[in-house]
Amino acid sequence: MSFCVLCMLLALALLTIFSPHDPTFWGVVPRDLKPSRTYLLGTSSKGQDVFWQAAFAVRNSLIISVIAGTVSRVVAVLVGMIAGYKGRGTDRVLMFISDSLLVIPLFLIIVMLAMLVRDMMNLVTLGLLLAFFGWAWDARVIRSQILSLREREFTQTAILSGTGTLRLVLKEYMPFATPLIFSTLINNMAWAIGMEITLAILGLVNMDIPTLGTMLQWAISYQAMLLGYWWWILTPIILSVLLFVALYWLSVSVSEYLDPRTRIQRVGAQ
Amino acid sequence: MAFIKRYLIPRLIQYFLVIFLGITAVFIIPRLTPSDPVERTITQLRSQGSYLDPASVEAMIEDLTEMYGLQGSMFEQYIAFWQRLFRGDFGVSFFQFPTPVIELIKISLPWTLGLLLTTTFFSWTMGNIIGGLAGYFSRKRWSRALDTVAMIVRPLPYYIFAFALLLLLAYVIRWFPVSGGTSIGRKVTFNWPFIKDVLWHSSLPALSLTILGGAVNFQTMKLIVQNVNAEDFVQYAKFGGVKEGRIVSRYVIRNAMLPQITNLALSLGQIFSGALITEIVFSYPGLGTLLYNAIVTGDYNLIMGITALSIVAITTAILVIDLLYPLFDPRVRYT
Repeated sequence: MSFCVLCMLLALALLTIFSPHDPTFWGVVPRDLKPSRTYLLGTSSKGQDVFWQAAFAVRNSLIISVIAGTVSRVVAVLVGMIAGYKGRGTDRVLMFISDSLLVIPLFLIIVMLAMLVRDMMNLVTLGLLLAFFGWAWDARVIRSQILSLREREFTQTAILSGTGTLRLVLKEYMPFATPLIFSTLINNMAWAIGMEITLAILGLVNMDIPTLGTMLQWAISYQAMLLGYWWWILTPIILSVLLFVALYWLSVSVSEYLDPRTRIQRVGAQ
Repeated sequence: MAFIKRYLIPRLIQYFLVIFLGITAVFIIPRLTPSDPVERTITQLRSQGSYLDPASVEAMIEDLTEMYGLQGSMFEQYIAFWQRLFRGDFGVSFFQFPTPVIELIKISLPWTLGLLLTTTFFSWTMGNIIGGLAGYFSRKRWSRALDTVAMIVRPLPYYIFAFALLLLLAYVIRWFPVSGGTSIGRKVTFNWPFIKDVLWHSSLPALSLTILGGAVNFQTMKLIVQNVNAEDFVQYAKFGGVKEGRIVSRYVIRNAMLPQITNLALSLGQIFSGALITEIVFSYPGLGTLLYNAIVTGDYNLIMGITALSIVAITTAILVIDLLYPLFDPRVRYT
């Protein structure tokens, strides 16, 4: 189910290729029209077609989240694997760093950094900024997985039969860690999209690029709520609710695949 | 002794290191900007139309340099920054010009604390109790219904959830006030109508934080309880004819509470960030709204003050929870 919703949203994002308008231009269509056959979701006070804006918004938010998710995944996997495999001092230092990132109210630090790079903010810099802070928890999860793998017998067998460390980690551990990495990736993407929306509301991203956050922020700043342009303000909200719920459910089913015990618990059988 | 050495000392070291790193980050980040805050302030004053003669500009540059703590080398600035921090001096706010940052924070802090403490308390206890019951009776219909609700609410970010609630309960069905901490123009007095007004205005932000936090606690607690449920001692108690209510409250939920205490400590930073974001949605007069104004007006001193204070407060709160933990879990005390 969640997969279908995600596919629909992806299809919407892909539709942007056929968009008749450039999403950054204002006044391309008449203003404040209700949804109709020509304008599926109505038009905004900026003179933009809400449907195409929404398509671009979903696409750009997904781009940010994919950048943030994949880059932070690389960091998380490296930190988790090194900490888990090396152990001792290395482990303690790396886990200290990730614990500090977990404990500090990161949102405020991200806000300060975002103010710093405000002028060169685009999809890529925002993605990288979020990636920089999004790896701590997942590095911990991956580390504990590696820790348990290291104690297994096949590790000893592999080491004794002369497998190099790199080969051992890539060939023997990766297959175990892959589903885990994938499920943390989805969660991290959702986090990145949420952060983008928050930063947009604070006016810390480039407001000309349509994303779910900037779209909502424009609707709020034009008082769409008070003026009753529900189609404008509800579109980004409903789309983001769909996106978050779909991503979360997908990650839940991935972790159930990972650990069938939770699935049994969820169903309620004992 | 072993307890102090293995549990207490590492926690304390981590506590001071985190504060040290966090505050250092707060010091460094604004200094990375290419633009000079002193120059920026003066241009901003000029653009507001006031004429400044060269002599007074000189004097002002000196004053502002001192005010922003930009005198001397980077290292001297850094030392001075710490000294000022200990005195609670975060400099002067730009957005409400001559008011010191600490004054503004003092006004907003009680609002945020009140909201944060009550909602964290309610969402934690309610989420755990309901989650515990739902985990124990996981085959009942109400348990599954609650689970579905949690599955939908949980992934929503604070902003979207709060905003959706605002649209629904304040615009569509006009049950709650749209924004603010009190009715417009009401003076701060401590009598019953005033308190009622405050509670009335904070009910929607509180509701949104409680539901969102409660959903997370509900889900984790439900899973933990289902795990504890399968353990031998619970089965034994059932066969031994211990009353079901006693099993749930004394045997199962009590054991499942322990990891939830650790989870509370770990997620406190996020809960705090969430409270700030929720305040912005409802223009609730706490630190979040203050932060929003600071960002919009580019008031670095205010942002630095809020951030530095929050880092110290949150890490201290987490330390307190960590230090209380051995009281609940004898295993930590005796190993």
